[in-house]
Amino acid sequence: MTITLAHYLILSAILFCIGVFGFFINRRNLLILLMSIELILLSANINFVAFSTWFGEASGQVFVFFILTVAAAEAAIGLAILVLLFRNLSTINVEELDHLNG
Amino acid sequence: MTFTTVLFYLLAIVLVVAAFRVITAASPITAVLHLILAFFSASMLWILIGAEFLGLLLVLVYVGAVMVLFLFVVMMLDVKMENLRRGMKAYLPLGLGIGIIMVLEMAFVLASSWGDVGAPVGQPVNYNNTRSLGELMYTDYVFAVEVGAVILLVGMVAAIALTLRRRRDVKYNNPSQQVRVRAKDRVRLVNLPSQTETVTTESGSESK
Repeated sequence: MTITLAHYLILSAILFCIGVFGFFINRRNLLILLMSIELILLSANINFVAFSTWFGEASGQVFVFFILTVAAAEAAIGLAILVLLFRNLSTINVEELDHLNG
Repeated sequence: MTFTTVLFYLLAIVLVVAAFRVITAASPITAVLHLILAFFSASMLWILIGAEFLGLLLVLVYVGAVMVLFLFVVMMLDVKMENLRRGMKAYLPLGLGIGIIMVLEMAFVLASSWGDVGAPVGQPVNYNNTRSLGELMYTDYVFAVEVGAVILLVGMVAAIALTLRRRRDVKYNNPSQQVRVRAKDRVRLVNLPSQTETVTTESGSESK
């Protein structure tokens, strides 16, 4: 029994569902929401790497490189907004961010 | 069942359990530490199928920089988790059911469409993952690499500009103003005429 491409795809699907699931059960905590985004991006990266090595096409791994770049910038800006939010409101509860009354 | 297969299942189980603990952890520090474990297991899985460069990049950049950034922020903020976790238990069974159904649907579709691909394409003997990625990145994708660099710069500027705090109630020096100052700004030279003492004593002592 060897590892096939479907093994990696199903693992990535499980990781994606855990990330989406994290959005529903932690919808108040902005910090865990950012971590769920990281998990979803990781599952996309696993898909890219698996397809890239299975079909011998290195371009997929270059795309993972770009996803990592964007994810790092996103995490830095997201955490900066989080720090700003905590400094001004003393909370990171998403439900209390209703000042715009939208 | 070869050793690689056993290793894959071991790493996959660690990855899934760690990811699950990230979203159900009681304290944010536990969540960040499990996220580090998840990223590390994913990087080992990548190295297992021959993506050495990206595996090491994930450890160095993600575990080394981004997760430490998360850890810094978590320890800097004094987050009260009790209020944030309220109502989590109520949605857990429904969310879990929906999540399992989603995984099963995706597993059926993916296994039926990609299940018969077979073994991966073999690489030549002198294949170098880092070298081939670097050649691709600096020839075909050089414009995209530069755009990525600009994105990182924008991220850095945005993060600094967002968290920069100018305090109005503190007295501080302005070094450029201090350097630019000239003597005439500080010292006022007053032209006083020299004063002579009026002679009132006797002339004998004057001539001495």
